Amino acid sequence: MTTATDTASTTVTARTTGGGTSGTKVRRPWLAHLILMPTALVFAAPLVWMTLTAFMSDTDINRYPPRVWPSHFTVSGFVRIFTEDDYPRWLMNTVLVSAVAVAGHLVLCSLAGYGFARLRFRGRTLTFALIMATVMVPVQVLMIPTFLMFRNLGLIDTLGAAFVPWLASAFGVFLMRQFFLSLPRELEEAATIDGCSRLGVFFRIVLPLARPALATLTVFTLLGAWNDLIWPLIAISSEDTYTLQMGLATFAGARHTEWSALMAGNLVATLPLVAAFILAQRYFVATMSFSGLK
Amino acid sequence: MSVTLGVRRVPARVGTRRLLPDLTGWGFVLPATLVIVGLSLFPAVWALLLSLRDGDLISGGAYVGLQNYRDMLDDPDLLAATGHTLLYTVLFVPGSVILGLPLALMLNRPIRLIGFYRTCIFVPYVVSAAATGILANFVFDPEFGIADTVLQAVGLPRLGFLQDPGQAMIVLVVISLWGGIGLPAVVYLAALQDIPRELTEAARVDGAAGRHVFRHVVVPQLRPATVFLVIWQTIDALQLFDLVYTTTKGQPLDSTTVIVFYLYQQAFQLFHSGYGAAVAYGLFVLTLAVSSVALWYSRRGEARS
Repeated sequence: MTTATDTASTTVTARTTGGGTSGTKVRRPWLAHLILMPTALVFAAPLVWMTLTAFMSDTDINRYPPRVWPSHFTVSGFVRIFTEDDYPRWLMNTVLVSAVAVAGHLVLCSLAGYGFARLRFRGRTLTFALIMATVMVPVQVLMIPTFLMFRNLGLIDTLGAAFVPWLASAFGVFLMRQFFLSLPRELEEAATIDGCSRLGVFFRIVLPLARPALATLTVFTLLGAWNDLIWPLIAISSEDTYTLQMGLATFAGARHTEWSALMAGNLVATLPLVAAFILAQRYFVATMSFSGLK
Repeated sequence: MSVTLGVRRVPARVGTRRLLPDLTGWGFVLPATLVIVGLSLFPAVWALLLSLRDGDLISGGAYVGLQNYRDMLDDPDLLAATGHTLLYTVLFVPGSVILGLPLALMLNRPIRLIGFYRTCIFVPYVVSAAATGILANFVFDPEFGIADTVLQAVGLPRLGFLQDPGQAMIVLVVISLWGGIGLPAVVYLAALQDIPRELTEAARVDGAAGRHVFRHVVVPQLRPATVFLVIWQTIDALQLFDLVYTTTKGQPLDSTTVIVFYLYQQAFQLFHSGYGAAVAYGLFVLTLAVSSVALWYSRRGEARS
């Protein structure tokens, strides 16, 4: 198990030099550029084109052959989705569901992760094994009974149905437990001797150190909850309660050829995730090394 | 007097001392445990019971024993959906893992623009299936899409893409590779950075050429990452749904109806919840089988090398 200092130094290395081969002379860098440049462009092109199209007029888009650069920039696509559709409502719903999901994950998974990593209590091993066993069960097996259960609880067709399954996950508990195991105990012991309670140690000493793990957990939960499609499709039916992804999926049929509106919708739905991902990117590699994923 | 009191107090104190850590521990883990176990193990058992009944999502239905599972065996649509799923899996899993490694190798070099390259290759991973679906319909429109324009520019025949039953699945694999290669690239990148530099340097000092170092030092070190990726991507591929729902909805001519899409139709559109639960368990068994084979194969390889 790596110590916190190791983890921290990995982060620094990954950030500043960009890899394990640092220090050695790079042979033939042009070869890497020759392959990476076109690859990167192929990966980026659809998203760049999506962005450009969002600011085009539909006459520009429906020309043949298609125009790549707009003849003039317009925000009419954005105006239409925000005024003529329920798009703002879907966006709000998704923001709400994702916020609750992230908050739930951060609180419940870090508490449980800490409990499993540091506290001794009866049934600990069994409970942790039980939680890990749930990873094997695919969501598809759970959809039908969860639907029935939520219907009995009156949750179907409410936003609650969308976020309750996202309050905690085995992945989150595992991630946080691995992180806490990698921290040196001495800090917590010192704080306990100084008269700090368990919760005090957790909130004042442990959580501030857990930032890389919490950042990773936030981004992965956000990614999952924000992009979730199959579960809201099952659990939600009225348009007022649609999530953004459901909205996009139905909208694609309704606004069939209005590409500027569709791409504007896509762009607004995608940008928050891209931003979150880029902000937290530097933590991922470090997180993967302590969680034993590699 | 005081001694007696002290003696009397001891058992009580031991009791709280034993109970307190338990209470603290459970206080920390109970909320998450309730959510996770309550929303997975409990429904998993429930689904198994449902699969033994002919329920219609409104009422539980009558007990039918293994009839749903027998029906699965001679359901030609399910067989076709399984075929489509396996085709997708066989193309997507090796494709993403094999392409991910060279990308990671190059992304691991401290060259200029590396941050830009990494971001470009990882970002499609965060784009949702719904957004990808809209984008795909735009790019692969057989008449107005850019893919068609490119084909025409280089003088190739026009294709139907997602509207051609013979091509739709292949196009879905291409779209999934675009969105799904970021994960293998990140995991391999992390694994590469974890290989102790002494190992590769020692091999070089001993006179091994670059490609030998790669083959005999780097690749074996990456084995755990490869096993993880193969299993992860396989599970992902077997459970394909979102992209199908947002692009083809199983069409044209049912050529892209995959298992989960079929299951969704059965359970939530035709309300065959009993049969749907049985299909879900079938998928579960298939997933377990494929993962076990992957694990067994990797163990065997480990023992050999």
